[in-house]
Order: sequence, then structure tokens, then C-alpha cells
Amino acid sequence: MKGFIAVKSGREEPVVAEQPQAPLLVLAKATKSFGAVQALTEGSITLYAGEAHALLGENGAGKSTLVKILAGVHRPDSGVLEVGGQPLTLHGPASSRAVGISIIYQEPTLFPDLSVAENIYMGRQPLAAGRRIDRARMRKDAEAVFAQLGVALDPDRLARGLSVADQQIVEIAKALSLEAKVLVMDEPTAALTGVEVERLFEVMRTLRNQGAAVLFISHRLEEVFASCQRVTIMRDGRYVRTAAIEDLTVDDIIRSMVGRDLDTLFPKTETVPGEVILQVENLNREGVFSDISFEVRRGEIVALAGLVGAGRSEVARAIFGIDRRSSGVVRISGTELSNGSPQASMAAGMALVPEDRRQQGLVMELGLDQNIALASLGRLSKFGIIRRASEGAIALTWAERLQLKFSRLKNPVSTLSGGNQQKAVLGKWLARRPTLLIIDEPTRGIDVGTKAEVHRILDGLVAEGMAILMISSELPEVLGMADRVLVLHEGRLTAELSRDEADENSIMRAASGLDAGAAA
Amino acid sequence: MSDTATRPPTTTSYAETGSTGRPSWHALLRWESALVLVLIAVLIFGSSKSSTFLTPTTFFFTGLNMGEVAIMALPLLLIVMIGEIDLSVASMLGLSGAVMGHLFQSGWSIWAAMGVALLVGAVGGALNGVLVANAGLPSIAVTIGTLTLFRGVAEIILPTPTTRLIPTSLTKVGVVPIQGTQLAYSAAIFFLMAAIFAVVLHATALGRSLVAIGLQPESAQFSGIRVRRIRFGLYVASGVICAFAGILFTLKNSSASYGAGSGLELTVVAIVLFGGVSIFGGRGTVLGVVLAVIIVGSLQQALTQMHVQPEVQNIVTGALLLISVLVPNSGEALRRIRERVRRG
Repeated sequence: MKGFIAVKSGREEPVVAEQPQAPLLVLAKATKSFGAVQALTEGSITLYAGEAHALLGENGAGKSTLVKILAGVHRPDSGVLEVGGQPLTLHGPASSRAVGISIIYQEPTLFPDLSVAENIYMGRQPLAAGRRIDRARMRKDAEAVFAQLGVALDPDRLARGLSVADQQIVEIAKALSLEAKVLVMDEPTAALTGVEVERLFEVMRTLRNQGAAVLFISHRLEEVFASCQRVTIMRDGRYVRTAAIEDLTVDDIIRSMVGRDLDTLFPKTETVPGEVILQVENLNREGVFSDISFEVRRGEIVALAGLVGAGRSEVARAIFGIDRRSSGVVRISGTELSNGSPQASMAAGMALVPEDRRQQGLVMELGLDQNIALASLGRLSKFGIIRRASEGAIALTWAERLQLKFSRLKNPVSTLSGGNQQKAVLGKWLARRPTLLIIDEPTRGIDVGTKAEVHRILDGLVAEGMAILMISSELPEVLGMADRVLVLHEGRLTAELSRDEADENSIMRAASGLDAGAAA
Repeated sequence: MSDTATRPPTTTSYAETGSTGRPSWHALLRWESALVLVLIAVLIFGSSKSSTFLTPTTFFFTGLNMGEVAIMALPLLLIVMIGEIDLSVASMLGLSGAVMGHLFQSGWSIWAAMGVALLVGAVGGALNGVLVANAGLPSIAVTIGTLTLFRGVAEIILPTPTTRLIPTSLTKVGVVPIQGTQLAYSAAIFFLMAAIFAVVLHATALGRSLVAIGLQPESAQFSGIRVRRIRFGLYVASGVICAFAGILFTLKNSSASYGAGSGLELTVVAIVLFGGVSIFGGRGTVLGVVLAVIIVGSLQQALTQMHVQPEVQNIVTGALLLISVLVPNSGEALRRIRERVRRG
């Protein structure tokens, strides 16, 4: 760990008081790619002492990557970072902390069996004679920090059982005790109640008054308006704009977040929806989502939109039977499905292309043939023995039909590109000839060309009479592909929009919970 | 640094298989060819040390000694394939023998006693299965628990070895080979079972499901494979088969005692791993396990004929276990060591 403290320059910091306008932290034109995926094309942000600054953008806009660069977790491929006027390179989380940046995550990770004070001073406990931990001093120091924050928390209690809000306070106290000048809060309010959010805002005010800068990331625009002075908006890995909050309206922000060309990519064929295939009634899963009711008809694509964490994938899992539902009914073509049984759902004609193709969709070390066959083993077997010839044939049929590029059927699917892996998952499920296809993030992390191909495939499937429930975080995809859009916000359906009603605005408003109560 | 630290471990393994781009059977085949070479080496070594090593009698005794261990290795192979472990196998052998012995001693017919012993195997296996598959507890902890539990129950049921005479028509399994061959009965049963297990593992839908569960349990579940039921079922099967091994063991010795097969679980695990079955699940063949059984059996036989102490034989078993875990993972282990050195 010793290499980490080495912040590049040994010069004295310039005295900030002499230049009150000098920014505390500047990140300019940072780029970061992971393999072929460009996660950040232009990450730029400027933070001043005493401000709360919101960082906004859709899922995948590059916010997390930017935060991880500030945290020292990712090293940018290019770009400049200056803290207090000094250009520097972060070599890891420790060097990020050393220059005064602290990150408060949505779910803090405290040591549950240590006290609050021990958590704050983990790894740098004040020592008494004989290198023993000076508990009394640690306790007093922790109390002082809490007093500074204006919160009442007992430094001696164990971290176990603290509410998420209190855990965040402990993290903030830790940041303060490290004399952090920049606090990055990554969706801190996602798990908080109204009162707790208020207290967090109070703490943010205190921090600002003491000269810290707070970078606040939230999907809830009303919180941004309530707590921040300036806003930076990102889209597709790029910086879009920075503005003072009073110069912006909700619509301005949403337009900057999503505004792009929509009509070119998706050649959607008009279809006339037929009879109801999937019927979901009052679906509940305690603490995850509640009261979900909707239908999907033959020949239509229904999109399930919403922010990450709104519970979309969880709804799909419960419908398919991976998770048990607490209450509610799922029917396929009128037949009620038993709870928690993917086998029953599959027998009824349901298919689920899951969110994570590497962990859930495919067995990466097995070949394309075995992967495509994996959901159809019963049909491919005779007296329990898999007929290898049929296995190869079915794999070849679907690989060709989906124009999947591969060298040999037996090669592990880990050797395929992301787009071809996605086609492999699709092939595995289409080989079952389902009547309902649930597809979670159909084009996540695949190249633009294959993306268009996947869309064409889905379009062809509904034209042939399949019913499709599509979960997508990409608005253009939702708007381009869906006949109807259901919007989920914090586990509840907040809107059902027809193809005509659905646009960036209406979806984002419902997804942010701004139109709650207007649910269909 | 934190980049590598925060990455889920599975990503590494994809990257590796991805870069070699070879189908997985290729690597396995090489492991099995290596086992054949090791076997030849052991046979040469044995015959150079003892003139009576390469004789039919040796073959018979090897089979006789290894039979139960080999039989128990087969269900364990499947359990390791799905990424779990069962350390209670030898204790189940002991418990089954104790139950059978106690009932027989109290006047039951030998056949009824055997039936109850098998039933006890099913119940004990179901206990492991419920705790691992349904309660989701780590199988290593669960089966260490039942390892002790089964042995303790066995001791209570049968504190002293049985004395009532078992019909010689049955105890002959421990005395003579199958007529006209040099094959011990237990060894013959093992080879028959191995053939069945090979078909199940390598050709059936069930076998494919086991591979999928071992490699990527979540993908298996999302493919409609009944992961929980299969986990449970394998433990029940293991219990029954180990109870069956316990019956054979009792017949072989013409008497039951609670301590039968004590400590054999490590030999069974060593054989499965030495046979090339990945401790992380998903990779392994019945052929590899059969070869490992023959190698370990021949080696033990050679060492016995050389009058080597049993303690030294334990060292050999331990070394085999380490080699079989080290060699397939040596690439990864070396990489890690290099990285650590570089970081200082």
C-alpha cells in the first residue's frame, strides 16, 4: 500500500483564501474504455468550495465511471484531474482519500461487529502508549465529528442494526475526520425515507458551510432542486452542460439527458395486437415491488421502462418463477402458472432472456451447441440420452437464422463477441418456440450493428405473432420498439403509455416519480 | 490494484478459457492421458520392487481393498461436479454397517438388516441434502457436521463389534474373486456402476445439467434446470450408495463395527480430485476417476508389498491430493505469485 500516498507533487498547496474563485476540483476531458466499450468519452466536472453540485444523466451516461475515476478505482485513459489547483494522478482509492476526496456510496459497507467510532477510525486509530488503541480519545473524536455534523449518534454502539441513513452518516463522519474537501454522494437517498433525506440535506448544508464541495448523484430531480446549486448533465459518456439550478427547469434537464435522434434506428413494423398472452394481476414481492398488473398481447412489444433499481428485472424474475411472488397471479393464455417454477413457465410457453448473459444467460465454458440446447434438453433426448446430432442441428439452425458469427459450434461461448453471445441466448430460447418472450436489456453492451440486428429480429418475431415483454434502460430503444410502455418507479407502475403518448419526457417524468398518481 | 480486487472471480476464468479457445474436453483428455502415464509408472515401479506385484493375486487384493472407496467416489464425483462436497461418506459407511450389524445381532434376517441400512443411507443423505440444497448452508460445514454425527450415532448403536455369524454365501465377497476371474466382487460392482455413471454424466440431460450447475449455477437455474432438487437428489444418492458400501464392507469383514472405514473420506476425496475433477465444479470425467482409483489402489498395494508403514502411505495420499489441486491450477497460482512479487 505504501506506493499509494505518493501524490505526484511535493509542492505546497496554493492558499485558497487568496483566490476565492479558484475551483476545488477540476476533472477535464477524462476518457475511459473497457475493452471495446467506451464508458466515458468526455468526463468533465468542476467543483467549487461551498457548493452542492448535482451530476445527472440516464443509466449508462457515464456517471458511475466518472465517480470511480474520482474515487481512484478506475484510472482514466486520458484527461486531467486537478485538486486545489494541482494536477495529479490517483493511484488508487487510498491516494484519492489522501487528496481529500471521499465517496459515500448508496449502500455503505461498515464492519457490523465494530462500534461506530471504530468504523470511523478503521486503520488509523489513535494510539496510546504501547501501540494500544486509545479508545477514550477515539470516542471523543467521533463525538466531536458528530457534533460538527449536528447529528446525535452514539459512537460506542455497534454498526450492526444501524439504518442505511445512519450508516451513511458514519461514512460522512469518516470523510470529515479525514478532512475531506470533496464529498461524492452516489445516489445516497435511494434507500432513505423522507425524514432521513431531510437530515441528509441538513448535513450537506453543514458541509458546504464548512467549505467542502458535495457532488450529489440522484435520479430524483426534485431532490436536486431542493439541495443543489449547480447541475452538470452527461449523456452517452459525454459532458453536455453545466448550469446554475435557477436557470433550469425539469424539462430542460430531461431534454439534455435524453435529447438525441430517435427515428432512424428502428424500422418497426405495424402489427395488430391479438389475444392476451400474458396476464399479470396484482403481483407483489415484499419489499421489492407491489401491485403490478398488466397484459401483453400476441403481436405486440410491451416495454418495461424505469430507472435502474426500480424493480424491472425483479418483476421479470417473479413472472418467470426465478423468485417467488408474495401474492398475485400470472397467467399465460388463461392458464395460471404455479409460483416459483421456471419449469412451469417454460412449459406454458414462456422464455426469459435475462439481464446478465454471462452469469444468467449462458454457461461461458460450454460450446455454442450445448448452450443453445440447454433449455431444450428434454426435447432433444431419447430415453434420457441427449441425441448429439439433434443438438448440433438445432444449434446450427438457430445460429444461422440469427446470423450468429462463430468459428466452431464446440468452441466455448466465451470466445464470442458480446453481440453474438446475446444472439446465442436468444437462439437458446427461440429454439423452444415460445409464445411469450421476456427480454431484459436486449442490447446492453453490444455494438451498434448487432443492436440493429437484434431489433430487427424482435420486430420479426412479433410480426410472426409472438408476444414480447422488453425491459430496457435505453429510451431510444423503448421509444423505437414498443407498442406500449409501462413505467416502473420504486417498485410501482407509475404510467402506462401508448406508442403515441410515450416520449422522453413522459417516460422520464414517470420514471422519476414526478407523475406518481397518474398511473393507468 | 482495486481493479483486480473488485472484479468477480468468475471473470478471470472466462478470460482464460476465452484466450485458449479450446473446447474443455481437450484439456481433460490431457489430464487423463497423464493419468495413464502415471499408472504405467506405478506399475513399473511396483514390479521393480516386488516380484509378486504384477500377478493376478495382486489384482484381486487391490480390487478387494479399493472396492468400497471406489464405489463411494462415484456419487462424490457428481457432487463435486456441481461444486459441492460430501465429507460424510466414510461415516455413512460406518453407520450403515453399525445399523445392519445391530439388527442382525438382535436376530433380524441379514436381508432385512441390509434393507434398513440402505434406508438409513437415504435418510442421512436427505439430511445433508436438506441442509445444503434447501437451507443453503455450505456443504463443507454441513458434511463435516454429519461426518461426526453419523460416526457418533454408529457408536451408540453398536458399541462393540458383532459376533453373530453372517452366512458364508455372503461373506465370500471378502474372500474369493468372482468365479473364473481375479475380480473382487466389490471391484466388479464398481466397474459396473462406473459404466452407468459414465453414461449418466456424459450422455444424459441430467449429466449436462450437473455440468451447467457446476460451471454457472445461475445460468442453470435460468435455463429451467431444477438446481435445488438435483442438489438434494445427489446427496440422497450419495447416502444410499455409501450405505451400500457399508454393507459390502461389513460382509467383507464378516463382522460390523462402528469404526469401519474411519478416515476413508479423505482417500475418497483425494481420488476424485486426482481423477481430474475440478474442486470448483463443472469439470471432470468418470474415466479420470476410474484411472485414479486404479493408480491409488496399485500404489497402496505396491507400498504394502514393500512393507512400507501405513503412515508413509498417508503421506502418499496427501501428496496426491495436493498434486491434483496444484497442477491444474498451477498457471493461475503462478500468475498470482508473480503479481504479488511485483507489487512488493
